[in-house]
Amino acid sequence: MQPFNYLKPSTLTEAAALHRQADEPVYLSGGQTLIPAMQQRLSAPSDLIDLSGIAELSGIQAADGAIRIGAFTRHAQVAESAAVRSAIPALARLAGRIGDAQVRNLGTLGGSLANNDPAADYPAAVLALGATVHTDQRAIAAEDFFQAFFETALDHGEVIRALEFPRPRRAAYRKFPNPASRYAVVGVMVAEFDDGVRVGVTGAGPCAFRAHGLEEALNASLSPDALDRVEIPHEDFNRDLYASAEYRAQLVKVMAMRAVRDLFDP
Amino acid sequence: MTEATGIGAAVKRREDLRFITGAGTYTDDLNQPGQAYAVFLRSPYARAKVGAVDGSEALAVDGVLAVYTGQDTSADGLGDLPCGWLVKSKDGSDMVSAPHPPLAVTQVNYVGEPYGLVVGETLAVARRGAELVNTEFIELPPVAVLGGAARADPIHEGLAGNLAFDWELGDQAATDAALAGAAHVTALEFANNRLIPNALEPRAALAQYDAVSGEYVLRTTSQNPHLERLVLSAFVQIGPEHKLRVIAPDVGGGFGSKIFIYAEETAALWAAAKVGRPIKWTAERSESFLSDVHARDHLTRAELGLDADGKFVGLRVRTTANLGAYLSTFASAVPTFLYGTLLSGQYRTPNIHVQVQGVYTNTAPVDAYRGAGRPEAAYVVERLVETAARELGLDPAQLRRRNFIQPQDFPYQTPVALVYDTGNYQAGLDRALELADYPGFPARRAASERAGKRRGIGLSCYIEACGLAPSQLAISLGAGVGLYESGEVRVNPTGSVTVFTGAHSHGQGHETTFAQVVSDQLGVPFDSVEVVHGDTGRVEFGLGTYGSRSLAVGGSALVKASEKVIAKGRRIAAHLMQTTPDNVAFQDGAYRSGNQQKTIQEVAFAAYVPADYPEDLEPGLSEKAFYDPKNFTYPAGTHIAEVEVDTQTGAIELVNFVAVDDFGRIINPMIVDGQVHGGIAQGVGQALLEHGVYDEQGQLQNGSYMDYCLPRADDLPSFLTDLTATPCDHNPLGVKGCGEAGAIGAPAAVVNAVTDALGVRDIAMPVTSERAWRALQGVAGEGV
Repeated sequence: MQPFNYLKPSTLTEAAALHRQADEPVYLSGGQTLIPAMQQRLSAPSDLIDLSGIAELSGIQAADGAIRIGAFTRHAQVAESAAVRSAIPALARLAGRIGDAQVRNLGTLGGSLANNDPAADYPAAVLALGATVHTDQRAIAAEDFFQAFFETALDHGEVIRALEFPRPRRAAYRKFPNPASRYAVVGVMVAEFDDGVRVGVTGAGPCAFRAHGLEEALNASLSPDALDRVEIPHEDFNRDLYASAEYRAQLVKVMAMRAVRDLFDP
Repeated sequence: MTEATGIGAAVKRREDLRFITGAGTYTDDLNQPGQAYAVFLRSPYARAKVGAVDGSEALAVDGVLAVYTGQDTSADGLGDLPCGWLVKSKDGSDMVSAPHPPLAVTQVNYVGEPYGLVVGETLAVARRGAELVNTEFIELPPVAVLGGAARADPIHEGLAGNLAFDWELGDQAATDAALAGAAHVTALEFANNRLIPNALEPRAALAQYDAVSGEYVLRTTSQNPHLERLVLSAFVQIGPEHKLRVIAPDVGGGFGSKIFIYAEETAALWAAAKVGRPIKWTAERSESFLSDVHARDHLTRAELGLDADGKFVGLRVRTTANLGAYLSTFASAVPTFLYGTLLSGQYRTPNIHVQVQGVYTNTAPVDAYRGAGRPEAAYVVERLVETAARELGLDPAQLRRRNFIQPQDFPYQTPVALVYDTGNYQAGLDRALELADYPGFPARRAASERAGKRRGIGLSCYIEACGLAPSQLAISLGAGVGLYESGEVRVNPTGSVTVFTGAHSHGQGHETTFAQVVSDQLGVPFDSVEVVHGDTGRVEFGLGTYGSRSLAVGGSALVKASEKVIAKGRRIAAHLMQTTPDNVAFQDGAYRSGNQQKTIQEVAFAAYVPADYPEDLEPGLSEKAFYDPKNFTYPAGTHIAEVEVDTQTGAIELVNFVAVDDFGRIINPMIVDGQVHGGIAQGVGQALLEHGVYDEQGQLQNGSYMDYCLPRADDLPSFLTDLTATPCDHNPLGVKGCGEAGAIGAPAAVVNAVTDALGVRDIAMPVTSERAWRALQGVAGEGV
């Protein structure tokens, strides 16, 4: 690890000012990706701006038809939140299966989304639930937020403040974990709303996406069998030692079918 | 007393108190005043010429003390790292050894190969310095893939090719004839996947040199400190043996990977003298992945011939073994003498011929790892036997029974050199089938199918040769050292006992087991016996721990030393009781003659305070012994795996695993069970999860835990284990060794179960979910 300045602002305004003044600043949230990268000397920021002291990034509030979760909320807090478990139990379950206990106790919702790891779990939920990403500058729709491999719509210095998840009629998440890392080889969330079904997929491609083909089939008939004949385009899917693109396509379909089954038998 | 702690008692491991409370002392826990830190310069290329190494920028960093390269060690006359076992090719020629300098001098031959080191006041400074060293490399085309490597251009300058040896064992003509006349021949071609050992504690060294005394001290993660001292003095020639002390303190696992004499520990010791400061080096996990020896990595074609009655008539095996870029310490013995000799398995196969080509590639060196050659042999035999049974429509258990060596056949001379001492293979199989509820399998399979899953069961009746090794035999086969073990039993004046052993414990529990043995022999309290190991300054000599040899060889040496103690004590006791030694009996810690009695503690006191003492006897009560085994030991057993496969994803769940092993006499059943469990976990890892993968450019594709998959608790069921026992008949304890059985038996059992579930003839290890899914689809893959 290279030497760096450690800064701990207590407001978003202060954080933004510190960010503007530094040479190569990085925001520190849960640090579950950033700290290992710094230890391996793959990342060497001049200034580490720790967001843990900013009160307005914390807290979970349930409102009519939606739940708002502060960006600094740890995965374990989401998993254990009575409000989340009551409003969107699938989201609490997803959070409870991220990484291991140590990761869940430190990793944060906002940190995970800003990092946009192609195998992270939360992006599937944000897309399937049609969440809104509130930053210190604006509100970004889920579809516009995830742009490419480790790339988001966030501008330089922009900080996620909170996520607002609309409450679905029901939702379910299924993950097929990589045996080594336990990240999602493929993770699929299926969410049913009054106006239709949304499907968010993570792990399969370079960036999480909505599976419109699966959504169409499920809007026609919300049953596992409805997905049987759906083709999953996989030309640009990821390939690694554990899963080819073709196999990932199969897993997208199977995880989606199982998530649909879970909708009826949670 | 002996009921609770003697031979056969499940004594809790006394070393665990310090291990599980964080009070162990590992090499990285140790520090010396004024120590500096080393960081190694490693090749980023699989094969390249090393040009100028410019350390000037590094040396300009405040706190960087030195930058050394292979040129420096070479100029100082440091010798090569030797391979300790000379294998001869079938034409009688010696194996071809590629020169292996501790630090590469002119050419690097695998990614991660060290070619220099930076020494700094702190670890951070040394790392910063290492990043600033500018090295010119001229890349050369690598040979990183085993298939075709033997015929590729030589990777080493000056060698004619990449073939290190072309070895054979057995009668080729008779085997060819037997297969030609066989009623049925089962043939399989498969790879035995490359594994990376991953001991919990990475390798580390704390090296120091005292210019006044001229003494070197190396504290390091070694399974055999005396061998390390021998090689460093006799071959590398760092310093003379009597001025060189190697200490292996608590060592956090090895699985074989810490047997070998590595570049880093060697260079650190040399550099400590060079800079005049103690030097510390601890591998990062990513360094471990790249530079610890790897394991297995065979390509094999094997054919088993059967007659019309299902009796085996011949076995022909052709194997290409990946040796990596250099011959590591025991690399040549592993795919030859520890592999070809085991191909008879538990069976009366009258004709066997094996040919093994050992090949250099631009990958990390390959050497012994838990099982070392024997897992590869068991995999060949047990995959063939199971497949033959399926092809012939026979019950795999029944086909094995038909071909087992029978209890009355022992000692049994195999066609591949070994003489099995004792065994009862039928007993192990029967017990395992009972524990696995073999007759109930069809019902369980039907239940799985109703749930939309496939279920399979697989057997593996393995054998191993342990207790390495009769020295004369080993040396006649090319070993550069004897393979006896030494021990010393020192009864102190107050009657407590200090035991010194040349075996080394890095997880095996010797401090408990060996104390049980000596306390049982001498009839003294278990708590009064202390076991010392792992220090050439305290223990006279030793060959270390590997090949499940510690108890069979090291334990036997302690029995021999205990017998000498008892014999000397008898003369003292006879004198004290005013009788002759042949009138004195020793039992339960006391010498008796008539109604007189002297405890061994009283005798020890007399030996050190010889007021009334035999005139012709030396004072003291301490005896040493070397034990050279008469034969290998032959643990054997039956492992049965049962799996369930998710037909939509290919995900495999190991739902049951039974292991029934014959380790001879058991000293501590709890420790044995622990060894079996750990071995099975590693065997399951090889079958389902682990694979060290190099790409064609020789870059390791999975050098971290994000990609290299070790088995975890939730990958495994609770194992059902049991024992049968046919005591070894040629060592005094009757023991056979238990450390490697799980890793040897499990892979074939698991793959036999998976192929049974999938209904396919063969599938490559590790059987990933995608491989299983593709097998179910009947489609070829992208090579995953």
